[in-house]
Amino acid sequence: MFEQGLAGLHAGIIFWCLSSTPVAAQPLGLGTSASADFVAQWDIAIGPRGEELPPGQGSAAEGQRLYVQRCAMCHGITGREGPDPVLVGGQGSLTTQRPLLTIGSFWRYATTLYDYIYRAMPFNAPGSLEPDEVYALAAYLLNANGVIDRTTVLDRETLPAIVMPNRDQFYPDPRPDVGAQPGS
Amino acid sequence: MVSWVVDESGLAMNQRRKFLHRLRNLLTVGFAAGTGSALADTTKSQGAPLREYGSRSRFETIKRWITPARWPTSTASWTPLGELEGIITPSALHYERHHGGVPDIDPASHRLLVHGLVERELLFSMADLKRFPSMHRICFLECSGNGYPEWQKAVGANVQQTHGLTSCSDWAGVTLKDVLNEAGVLSEASWVVAEGADGAAMTRSVPLEKCLQDVILAYGQNGEALRPEQGYPLRLLVPGFEGSISVKWLRRLKVTDTPYYTREETSKYTDLMPDGRAREFSFVMEAKSVITAPSAGQVLYQPGFHEISGIAWSGRGRVKRVEVSVDNGESWREARLHGPVLPICHTRFTLPWEWDGSEVTIASRCHDETGYVQPTRTALQAVRGKHSFYHFNAIQNWRIDSQGRVHNV
Repeated sequence: MFEQGLAGLHAGIIFWCLSSTPVAAQPLGLGTSASADFVAQWDIAIGPRGEELPPGQGSAAEGQRLYVQRCAMCHGITGREGPDPVLVGGQGSLTTQRPLLTIGSFWRYATTLYDYIYRAMPFNAPGSLEPDEVYALAAYLLNANGVIDRTTVLDRETLPAIVMPNRDQFYPDPRPDVGAQPGS
Repeated sequence: MVSWVVDESGLAMNQRRKFLHRLRNLLTVGFAAGTGSALADTTKSQGAPLREYGSRSRFETIKRWITPARWPTSTASWTPLGELEGIITPSALHYERHHGGVPDIDPASHRLLVHGLVERELLFSMADLKRFPSMHRICFLECSGNGYPEWQKAVGANVQQTHGLTSCSDWAGVTLKDVLNEAGVLSEASWVVAEGADGAAMTRSVPLEKCLQDVILAYGQNGEALRPEQGYPLRLLVPGFEGSISVKWLRRLKVTDTPYYTREETSKYTDLMPDGRAREFSFVMEAKSVITAPSAGQVLYQPGFHEISGIAWSGRGRVKRVEVSVDNGESWREARLHGPVLPICHTRFTLPWEWDGSEVTIASRCHDETGYVQPTRTALQAVRGKHSFYHFNAIQNWRIDSQGRVHNV
């Protein structure tokens, strides 16, 4: 009996901790319910697990054609020329006097590439690319950076599985890091 | 803006005698425009009629400075800190950093979706949001790129170009905590992904802990609705964090169990270190201060009394004290802090000073309530190298030459 009571008390404490975080106040009854269809339509953010990635697929060959048509005017014919951000190259440059931060040299997740191209590119017509086109462009840019080979087909399964070269080179903000003290 | 008063003799003068050269300019204009008398007399006719929405005097011309860029919709404009008084930035002069231009949003058709790891996925109209308990708070907002050109050496021509990506407003809205509570955050949640309705659909991940602490869903700025360039009709306002996380034109909050590593928190807004690794989610804007008068581009036209004036701020809390050096950094004097001294807010400081007419370097140094002390550029470079970009908060030195001209050094 005593042990059961103690177990119950433990369970009660655990339940209290869980249910009291993070918020506790009663809802005010504001807002309207969002339908699953509506949420699906708006939910374009692609997390690192790629759960929100849509059906579709593409590879570097198709992506190269699209890149030339839609991207090269700003990012250069091979992604290295600019004038807008350089997308290709830079691996090995991050510790040099001229660090070059590109998709291949710097980005952590391939899902970010899909997310950003789909929501914000091309700059003169954001949101105008279809999922197949975005997969293809992502494949082209990853292939140009040596991350995948030219025949790899990217889709909602293969894209999130890619391990970007620089993935493990990030760490959480350690500041304050500069030990400035008032002068004597 | 510089405030002017007219004394009994009719002479216009600077109430705080900070820009005496302006007095000279004004007198020159007065003589030139006079019709027989030395100074303009506006008492002999009716002035302009009343107007329903005001604007500044035609004699006031300060404006934001826009960084030249290939795309005019993806650049920054800088607040003219050297010409501002007090701590509030006029809404029309608040700095801007946009990634896809300023959308033109009818508030009647704007919605905020709250979904993800919540009990109830909810859609809010602006009218819905305004029914939540309201609050307001004066706090600064600073772009993490404020001062980026200064990392390696002094380059900005004036304080607008060195520090103008910080501004301070009275923000009004509702707490994000209340709105999240309405949806019912599930226990496994730890982040909130915020998305804007602009042409970049700007997206950042915010720690849930911060969201429940002090994040605001803001619809008001300095007593009226947000300006379009500040996110009208709704923006996130994350006190003390780098400005880009305060997503403007907010349309969606997705509650998640992971940050989403968006482009604006991986490719950009991360801090590359000399060892080739990079810091991520470096949110807090650390303590900083700058003397806004005298500052680069300004001129002290004669020796004698000058008030040194500036602003200080910290993303970690209140400014505790500000020291000013008027002897090339050899010694530091405590400046007067002008209240209110609010947490995560611009704080005005002043120090009376007699300039003897000789060349000198002046600087300010901020201490916040956590004990943090604003570092030198050398100290920052020693830890973060010379290729860092964001979060530059070094002590700013201004050199006054023997002609009274002020330079960025």
